[in-house]
Amino acid sequence: MKDHSRLSEVFNEDEQRVNWHDETLWWIRQKRDKAANMLPEWELLRENASQIKHHTLSNLANYLEQFESKALANGITVHWAANAVEHNEIVLSILNRNGIDQIVKSKSMLTEECHLNAFLESNGVGVVDSDLGERIVQLAEEPPSHIVLPCIHKKKEEIGELFHKHLGTAHGEADPQVLTEAARQDLRSVFLTRRAALTGVNFAVAETGEIVICTNEGNADMGVHLADIHIASMGIEKIIPKRKDLGIFLRLLARSATGQPITTYSSHFKTPRLGQEMHMILVDNGRSRQLGREEFRNSLKCIRCGACMNTCPVYRRSGGHSYQYTISGPIGSILAPNLDMQKHADLPFASTLCGSCTNVCPVKIDIHNQLYQWRQVLVAAGKTTATKRWGMKIASTLFAYPALFGAAGKLGRSLMKITPYLFKNRLNPWYHQREMPAPPEQSFREWYKKQRNNKD
Amino acid sequence: MMTVGLFVPCYVDQFYPKAAIATLELLEKFNVKVSFPAKQTCCGQPMANSGFSHLTQASDELFTEGFAEFDYIVCPSGSCVLHLKDHLHSVKHPQKAEEIRSKIYELVEFLVDILQVQDLKARFPHKVGVHQSCHGLRGLKLAQMTELVAPGFSKPVHLLNMVDDLEIISLSRKDECCGFGGTFCVTEEAVSVKMGKDRVADHVLNGAEYITGVDLSCLMHMEGILKRQGSMVQIIHIAEILNAN
Repeated sequence: MKDHSRLSEVFNEDEQRVNWHDETLWWIRQKRDKAANMLPEWELLRENASQIKHHTLSNLANYLEQFESKALANGITVHWAANAVEHNEIVLSILNRNGIDQIVKSKSMLTEECHLNAFLESNGVGVVDSDLGERIVQLAEEPPSHIVLPCIHKKKEEIGELFHKHLGTAHGEADPQVLTEAARQDLRSVFLTRRAALTGVNFAVAETGEIVICTNEGNADMGVHLADIHIASMGIEKIIPKRKDLGIFLRLLARSATGQPITTYSSHFKTPRLGQEMHMILVDNGRSRQLGREEFRNSLKCIRCGACMNTCPVYRRSGGHSYQYTISGPIGSILAPNLDMQKHADLPFASTLCGSCTNVCPVKIDIHNQLYQWRQVLVAAGKTTATKRWGMKIASTLFAYPALFGAAGKLGRSLMKITPYLFKNRLNPWYHQREMPAPPEQSFREWYKKQRNNKD
Repeated sequence: MMTVGLFVPCYVDQFYPKAAIATLELLEKFNVKVSFPAKQTCCGQPMANSGFSHLTQASDELFTEGFAEFDYIVCPSGSCVLHLKDHLHSVKHPQKAEEIRSKIYELVEFLVDILQVQDLKARFPHKVGVHQSCHGLRGLKLAQMTELVAPGFSKPVHLLNMVDDLEIISLSRKDECCGFGGTFCVTEEAVSVKMGKDRVADHVLNGAEYITGVDLSCLMHMEGILKRQGSMVQIIHIAEILNAN
């Protein structure tokens, strides 16, 4: 399997495209900065949000039970799923019971995480994603490359081609407005004919048993209001204690995500309308295990704004697909190893630990520290290579003995001069696109010994 | 008289002795008794950041024994200092290691916060771009970070402003990472180089003759790219500018 490094290398073969990807996402980072700077209380909001999440995670079981009892009282059917398989089975059983073989789905990264679409389709249920970005990657048969902007890796000309093929737009049509209109018209018939609508959940309020779904397109509302059955899937970490807490998160979410003051729609769903069925599926899928990992527990504070991806200099230059996990970028790199340490062992190393992610995070997750911690956990669990292990052993031995280090350094510098081909070759990844530093005549320690007559 | 132990990181010792000499001379200008303990090598970060923190014990013990006696420890690298502040740990002398963690300073913060330097007899008649190395910036908080909604400041710029005839150029991205990242620079070579190229281009397009900073690791990476491009733009550690006359 290709790892993040190899896939990034492929992504970087087209430098102009990397530039375009980088600049597009940097532009969103700048919009986020502008929006944040409009609020003098921004840092206080982040702190409050972080503390509320901290409190909630510390009392998660109680809040989940409170949410369940309130939701039941509101007339919602509540399901619990320990993992992705259980989640998918629950969705399928609800659909089967009602004889439904076609559904509409608004954006839900949890269903991506559970690979629900593929599961339903293999069981004869058709799924249409109604979020425009999700619809585009669905037509392209690709996973989303970004949690907020699923098709950010695609240029409008490529989307035009896709729509020409699937939606019958004119060949070469790449005007975003024309393409969006085509998607709207296509989705309209879907909304009108689907009897079941599946949605994600941005926030679930324990106090009231209601859920809040944030979209810019109103597609979640459109799906739910026209369907007989509403199925909402949520990770158990989406709980917030009270309705009054919402203001803090809603103010942070869209500003962090896209630089908007608020999403176009922040819709509350509390009780099914007359004749409608409403189902909530509360999914664990590794979350309680992450909660049990003290150094990684804070990752569950995430509200899925994507700000860490937009600011990440590595993400911007490697693309979301190089992470090979539903949630890419810095936050994905600390969530993914919890689910599969072997498969995602490359991700915590796909970072320079620059710390920008931690600074933009609206709930103050110490992402870069967790990346560092995951590296320790992965190496301790043996998820590393023999080359790395031996390299590190040799380095640590050299660093243990100053005289040995001094001698090795002197030898190395001499070799760089006498036999430069030992360093300037294709086997040296530094030299591939960078010159080696010029070795000086003497090291500082040699100079100091001579100049300052150091006796020790 | 205040005693300072000079810690010269392994790669600075071997490849950039001029920066270490400038650091030593600069500190001596301010009536500080500086010593360079011979028994020093590396801060341990290369192992720890690669996930091998369990292999830093020997260098940690060496560091603790070599530097415990000084009032302060000063090092011309933000990244190494941050690592020691966060992770230095000694089994033999836990107390001493603990103390070192709170008395070790990166050169710029030592000049600004401890020595409270107001005046430098330095001259550097060039256009200079300041690279904000991430660990110095976001770890040691040597300057304000663009992500935060907070008043601006910069300790490196505060000192550079005392240098005669020096002009600081402005950048389009003030504090983006250069892509060095320790072993990242070879394990993620493609992205590392692309980040470096982009960072260098920002300085070059804005007219820098020199790129300076508090970390030679970042500068070494950018130097490698500049040289491969055949650029005339040079890298220089901030100590060499502050000590220039």
